[in-house]
Amino acid sequence: MLVTNIEIIPGKRITEHLGLVQGSSVRAKHLGRDIMAGLKNIFGGELKGYTELLQESREEAMERMIEQAEAVGANAVLNVRFSTSSVAAGAAELFAYGTAVVLE
Amino acid sequence: MVDLIVFLVLLALGYGFGRYAELKHYKSIIQREEEFRDIPVVTTKFPPLTKPLSDVALVSGSVVISVDYFKRFIAGLRNLIGGRVTAYESLVDRARREAILRMKEEARAFGGHIIFNVKLETSSIHKGRKNGIGAVEVMAYGTVLIKQ
Repeated sequence: MLVTNIEIIPGKRITEHLGLVQGSSVRAKHLGRDIMAGLKNIFGGELKGYTELLQESREEAMERMIEQAEAVGANAVLNVRFSTSSVAAGAAELFAYGTAVVLE
Repeated sequence: MVDLIVFLVLLALGYGFGRYAELKHYKSIIQREEEFRDIPVVTTKFPPLTKPLSDVALVSGSVVISVDYFKRFIAGLRNLIGGRVTAYESLVDRARREAILRMKEEARAFGGHIIFNVKLETSSIHKGRKNGIGAVEVMAYGTVLIKQ
């Protein structure tokens, strides 16, 4: 499965267009992480726990998108975009979407 | 009185540690930017035609950076008189450059030589509550051309 954010793959032809596929994931970190983040808010610096959290949920969102693409019989997802929004305190929603196609 | 002391201590801690963290971070950013200079990052949609056709892959880098107590206080003051909030400008700048650097690290692991169609996405992890976590998340993603 080829996943990319460009619209055309150099040297390959799109034979079939299968529409939009998407995947999303909402995650929260345990309370300990939130308390640590609260402390970090005084000192400043990177919130490693949250970076990890977002990275994990982004991977999961992408996996779900890929599953959907496989289900419709695609072998590539083009023009992938990401979007992030916070739904509640300490929880974030990650959303990935793209166009499922069949490449020759 | 106790409140005032706690406030001043937090302010001093925020100033000291926040400043130290920022200077250290900038130093490491500048050093790594030098190191990764050989991988250009462009926002054009298509790869330059002068490069030979090769494999592509999606690469990304993200970072969450928190504000410190001092910066938040200064920004609060700035809110009264208006103008540029330089305390937050440097925060967002650091986050963006760090995200791009992490993306380049991933690109190098793939053996890539140019990243194109780069998109940057910024979101704040801040709920507007008084004691909410004030942090900024930046994600950079793009397509890397892999050497063959």
